[in-house]
Amino acid sequence: MAAQTQILTERIGKIDPSSLEEYVGSGGFEALRRALTLSPVDIIYEVETSHLIGRGGAAFPTAFKWRAVAREEARPKYVVCNADESEPGTFKDRYLMEGDPFRIIEALAIAAYAVGANKGYIYIRGEYPLAYQRLAHAVEESRRAAYLGFNVGGSDFCFDIELYRGAGAYVCGEETALFESIEGKRGQPRLKPPYPVTHGLFNKPTVINNVETLANIPPIILNGGFWYRSLGVHLNPGPKLYAVSGHVRRPGVYEATMDLTLRDLIYELAGGIPGGRKLQAVLVGGAAGAFLGPEQLDVALGFDSLHHIGATLGSGAVMVMDETVDLWQVLRRVTRFFQHESCGKCFPCQLGTQRQAEIVARLAEGEIRPGDKALLIDIGLTMKDASLCGLGQTASNALLSACDRFSLLGEGGGQ
Amino acid sequence: MTDLVTCVIDGQSVAVPVGTTILEAARQLGRDIPTLCHHEALTASGQCRICSVEVEGARTLLPACAAEVRTGMVIHTRSERVDRSRKVILEMLASAADVSEAPDILAYAEEYGADFSRFADGERLTYPILDDNPFYIRDYNKCILCGRCVQACGSDMQFAFALTIAGRGFHSHIATFFEKPLPETSCVFCGNCVGVCPTNALQPKLSWLLAQGTDWNEVREQTKKSHPAKNMRKRR
Ligand SMILES: Cc1cc2nc3c(=O)[nH]c(=O)nc-3n(C[C@H](O)[C@H](O)[C@H](O)COP(=O)(O)O)c2cc1C
Ligand code: SF4
Ligand code: SF4
Ligand code: FES
Repeated sequence: MAAQTQILTERIGKIDPSSLEEYVGSGGFEALRRALTLSPVDIIYEVETSHLIGRGGAAFPTAFKWRAVAREEARPKYVVCNADESEPGTFKDRYLMEGDPFRIIEALAIAAYAVGANKGYIYIRGEYPLAYQRLAHAVEESRRAAYLGFNVGGSDFCFDIELYRGAGAYVCGEETALFESIEGKRGQPRLKPPYPVTHGLFNKPTVINNVETLANIPPIILNGGFWYRSLGVHLNPGPKLYAVSGHVRRPGVYEATMDLTLRDLIYELAGGIPGGRKLQAVLVGGAAGAFLGPEQLDVALGFDSLHHIGATLGSGAVMVMDETVDLWQVLRRVTRFFQHESCGKCFPCQLGTQRQAEIVARLAEGEIRPGDKALLIDIGLTMKDASLCGLGQTASNALLSACDRFSLLGEGGGQ
Repeated sequence: MTDLVTCVIDGQSVAVPVGTTILEAARQLGRDIPTLCHHEALTASGQCRICSVEVEGARTLLPACAAEVRTGMVIHTRSERVDRSRKVILEMLASAADVSEAPDILAYAEEYGADFSRFADGERLTYPILDDNPFYIRDYNKCILCGRCVQACGSDMQFAFALTIAGRGFHSHIATFFEKPLPETSCVFCGNCVGVCPTNALQPKLSWLLAQGTDWNEVREQTKKSHPAKNMRKRR
């Protein structure tokens, strides 16, 4: 497989994730050492050259955020690692945190140095006890070896990390809800603007990045932005992790550049569908993503390529469903998820996720009424257009795309 | 001199000071935009989204009460997307709360052709009327969760922080800490929450009793200063 890479996952399974020695022995903390010899401006320049795009779902260029925070005069500044990973079907951040925890610490320290922050947070999904333990241990070890704390690596730079565990709310992965949560408030999104780069955690300039985004930083520092940019696809460069689940022989996390096609991911890397059964549907991007059908297997799994066909890469979750799956039951689960996870702050989502789930539950029982399609489209588009945060804005994606692709409620389903 | 920004609202160009919201700019042009959660005396929370407008180039609609005008914005206060969102929000609201005493909602429903029967068979939460003090009653069957009372009770006006939101999603509701009766909370009975409630979910007890035809002597008895609820506060 030409597209397959081993950059983000280079150490996973090869070193003991609790051993600082093995991490350092395999090149760990070299990027931080090197970064400390560069100026913050140069680091941000490398990241900009690399064209690294955020892997948390919103696909925002990382260097934009870093530069914006670096330029802010307000103090203190913060760097935050979003490790809340709650998107259904997504388990790539967990893989990184459990398998190579020191890497996240190293990357966060580089981010902090680049933007002028002395304090970082890692917000870890509450249901990830092992990831938490490994990171907690790695933070302690790093402090002991002076990779964290005063005068990191003998330089003037001081930086420490606090871990924060989530309490089981999907919406707390949304960056501003995550800040509210760390601040000890009810976890619900803030109105944007202002954006985190000016008013983030504790209303201070804040960089927030996904775990996988940060995992890209050390190789960019070591090999340079141009090297990174040459990997894979123009404008969507670099390695990407795909979390494959469902009806495949080898579910798991796969690393490849974004020219990887859906077909190669499912049939080559993940070993295809067991039992000789036929593919029915693939949900790409998690519950907030969209359904693709067997005729779309040749799409490349990149931000732009998926966007062109009205889908989204989101967090990189790929859920494969064979012909035995009852799609209405899947949609019932998906809509029930959003109903349960809506924070309730804004009206379209608070009411829409509820009504959408009720109607889909009825449809899943086979009780179809005239006008159902119009109702679902009205709710779905209203949530998409008018909700306050990304949760409500994407809560109808899977449903509308399924209705559309598989003509679930007659021809020309969703929009 | 303050800096001005220029935008186009429904085809009309207007220059407003930096920091002006789309709602304020539209009103300057004599165009009104419906609002529910917005209140002049409170921080814009952008919760109800009834004020959503379409800005060319923006992925989603923007809340006019909170979004500030930027130079070059081309804004449409009515469009297919805007009208659909407003209509559907009103329809869903009426399926979840008793809006019969919310004149704004009824007027908007008329204007946007909202059909209150569309979601009528959806789940509706019911609450007992809370009559736990001599000053006001709380009938959360009428509550639309606009959040104004929480803001008025908290850092926008009174700093009493007696009211908050509990639960999440469709099941969120206004609550006191541990659902305690108001006299046992930090409520100071200033009445600001009652003043800002747009739906009559919060009502002065006096008018509530009178509306039910309660005998005047009984009304006096139930709302007088020596009511046990007040003494309870004094004792604390
Ligand atoms: C409902 C919701 C849930 C989210 N959950 C996560 C999450 O679990 N992890 C994550 O990294 N980003 C999540 N995001 C995206 C974040 O808001 C933010 O865009 C991201 O952390 C930025 O990091 P990046 O630029 O490195 O991608 C979520 C967004 C929304 C709207
Ligand atoms: S879209 Fe949903 S989750 Fe986001 S603020 Fe609105 S109610 Fe909360
Ligand atoms: S009680 Fe009134 S003011 Fe408070 S949230 Fe409900 S409708 Fe709004
Ligand atoms: S009036 Fe603007 S969001 Fe409620």
